[in-house]
Amino acid sequence: MNATAPLACKPGDYKSQIKPIWCPGCGDYHVLMALTRALAALGLPPERIAVISGIGCSSRIPAYTNCYGFHGVHGRSLPLAAGLKIVRPDLTVIVASGDGDGYSIGGNHFLHACRRNVDLTYLVMDNHIYGMTKGQPSPTTEPDFDTALTPGGTGVRPFNPLVIALASGANFVARAYAGNPRETADIIVSAVRHPGFSFVEILSPCVTYRPDQRAWKERVHTAPVEATDDAARAARRLMTDDGFNLGVLFRGDRHPFQPAAAVARADRADLEKGFEI
Amino acid sequence: MAMAQRTGVSVAMVGSGGAGVLTTGAMLLQAACAAGWNGLLTRSVGPQIRGGEAAALLRLATHPVECLADHVDLLVGIDWVSAQRFESEIELAPGGLIVSDPGAGPPPPALSPSGARFIELRLSEMTKANPAWRANMIALGAAAQLLGLDERDLAGVIRLHFEAKGADVVAASVAAAQAGGRAMTEATGELRLARPAQANGKRWLITGNEATGLGALRGGVRFAAAYPITPASEILEWLAPNLPEVGGSLVQAEDELASINMIIGASYGGVPALTATSGPGLSLMVEALGLATAAEIPIVVVDVMRGGPSTGIPTKSEQSDLNIAVYGMHGDAPHLVIAPQSVTDCLLATQWATFLAETLQTPAIVLSDQSLGQTQAAVSRPADLAFIGERLRATDFATPYLRYALGGSGVSPMAIPGTAGGQYTADGLTHTERGIPTSSAREHRAQLDKRREKIERYAYGALWATLEGEGDAAVITWGSLTGVAREAVARARADGHRVRLIAPRLLLPTRADEMAAALDGVKRLLVVEQTHSAQFHRFLRAHYTLPQETSVFHRPGPLPIRPGEIYRQLTAGASP
Repeated sequence: MNATAPLACKPGDYKSQIKPIWCPGCGDYHVLMALTRALAALGLPPERIAVISGIGCSSRIPAYTNCYGFHGVHGRSLPLAAGLKIVRPDLTVIVASGDGDGYSIGGNHFLHACRRNVDLTYLVMDNHIYGMTKGQPSPTTEPDFDTALTPGGTGVRPFNPLVIALASGANFVARAYAGNPRETADIIVSAVRHPGFSFVEILSPCVTYRPDQRAWKERVHTAPVEATDDAARAARRLMTDDGFNLGVLFRGDRHPFQPAAAVARADRADLEKGFEI
Repeated sequence: MAMAQRTGVSVAMVGSGGAGVLTTGAMLLQAACAAGWNGLLTRSVGPQIRGGEAAALLRLATHPVECLADHVDLLVGIDWVSAQRFESEIELAPGGLIVSDPGAGPPPPALSPSGARFIELRLSEMTKANPAWRANMIALGAAAQLLGLDERDLAGVIRLHFEAKGADVVAASVAAAQAGGRAMTEATGELRLARPAQANGKRWLITGNEATGLGALRGGVRFAAAYPITPASEILEWLAPNLPEVGGSLVQAEDELASINMIIGASYGGVPALTATSGPGLSLMVEALGLATAAEIPIVVVDVMRGGPSTGIPTKSEQSDLNIAVYGMHGDAPHLVIAPQSVTDCLLATQWATFLAETLQTPAIVLSDQSLGQTQAAVSRPADLAFIGERLRATDFATPYLRYALGGSGVSPMAIPGTAGGQYTADGLTHTERGIPTSSAREHRAQLDKRREKIERYAYGALWATLEGEGDAAVITWGSLTGVAREAVARARADGHRVRLIAPRLLLPTRADEMAAALDGVKRLLVVEQTHSAQFHRFLRAHYTLPQETSVFHRPGPLPIRPGEIYRQLTAGASP
């Protein structure tokens, strides 16, 4: 689909009445807008969608939708979502996270979610800062960014989540910018439709602790090349780009992980026979 | 020669890792149980994967047995390479028999007290002369002969074990076992077991960990997430092939944080779910246990306890995870803690835990331990119980749907994703009845009350504890020590003492009225537990009123507590 195609349902059908706790101007409002727009475009009934999150500003998003939601503990949204999707392949499961929740405390799960390739859509709202705890550096914060916890900066180079996703086996890798909700919605639609683990890094400015990120608006640009199915080529592009290339960057063709459908093949009594003397 | 036959006998087989000691022990147990005897087998191994030391500890009897005996009547050494490591675990009975290969040198002094009698079994010579024979099969035949097992029963078990390896291996193994038996013909028949009583109904040979897996399956668990850990892995390895057979699935997680969150996700999706771990894994799972408590998601977490803290003693038993299971979570987090009391009870306790977790929409921790999990026992087929986990589901929705509605039993109908009109967000944040985050004092209190009351008001029935006997003296214990204490109490009763046995299966929520009734009239109480810091005693003190005259017998692992030790504590200074 594209940004001008008519929507199957109304984005409002996917929004709850709860007022977000986000600061005025937060990029996450636009992500919510993009998400509800994408869900409307997909035309899925809200009760067939589950939005799963951890802890942080971005992780508040499930309750702002009219879908089923789970706001779990810090960093563990991916395994929780995987458990749900594995037993309920009929549901569309979307995972929402931030750069602290997803890349720091939840970093190990990120690697293994990419590797396992359960059919999930993983939206990470990356603002290079811990917002909810009032401004500490995350794994994507620049090394010289001064904070109360790291006076003078961390001195530690940020990591590149998209390259890590590729190296770990993610089946779909994209970058979006919250300030372009229609384009972001398109990317989310593609991500949901793509089988397996789809990773969408969404640059979502924190206007409170990173007012400098207002400048992202001028820096982002559509990727000059089409998505590739060659992970090595995608990785090379991502390691050399300016970090503001937007769009779908990689589409793989790995089979999603899904244990056999829930069909009983044996009577329980048959299993118990193995214990008989 | 007519000789009074024994009703029970204990056998220890030792050897270096790879000598096949554990296989031999399992085959001896299987042959004895096929012939109708009761018995159990526990293993004692070092941390090495190969080349360490191993001991198979068996107890065979004409009557059901739940624990190892105080002493070993027959010690079979395939070799003595690392046998000194077992000196505190294997205590030979006065005048006990040692079967030993003269080519392997003498056993360590601690294993051969004065008065021990030796029977030579020339294992190295025999295997040199017959290269197809294996020393452990010769030793198996020798032990079987001493106990009076039928040669054909033994051959049957050997065939079963080695069928896949071909007829030559079966023939050589049978021949080796027969030769071992012949080498014992000089021995007296004093270790011969009396004929077993005719068994009623089907009997099983099962380990506690397998029983745990089956209990989960019987209780309705259809999803498991797994992270390997000693001594719990066998639960997961039993479930892995069997869950798909009944329409479920098992997934290996990247760590315990993932495994518990996976089961929370699966259960949120409407499928009863379980994970199994040991102390280090439980430590990692505690945060998510709090989440499941707050979000009211039923899950079952089995902790097969081992020595702690930290990595501790992975291969040996202890009861020292009681504190973390009961008090581990931050905040006020009422949940269920259930402890199986025997190998068979691993099935019942896990099934019941699954049922209760589903019924009460809360996490249940099953506190098993290594000595239950890795013991294999001959048991009567455990009866089918009516405990099939089924949670209260929301189907009709008021607008808006109140997932955490107050009132009634405290259990509020749960909407399962996919159900139109039931959309809500499960949350670990303090929430309203609707599930919306709040920091209101009133709402916080209301939901804390709801979660406490739903599990406190529930009628758990007689399964909450084992209560046996009469008298003004009592032993109170829990978990794997229940069978050990039962045997001690039986001995004391035989001496004329009137002693009760009290063992709560339900550790949380505590049952004040039921415990008061159980302790009514008890003047002397002995608390027995396998911890260093008397965790169970402190737990009892915190929640129950104990008699003035309460004493505590506690010791950390890895040494098992024996019936005789409890018996001595129980009868010291007490007149029948």
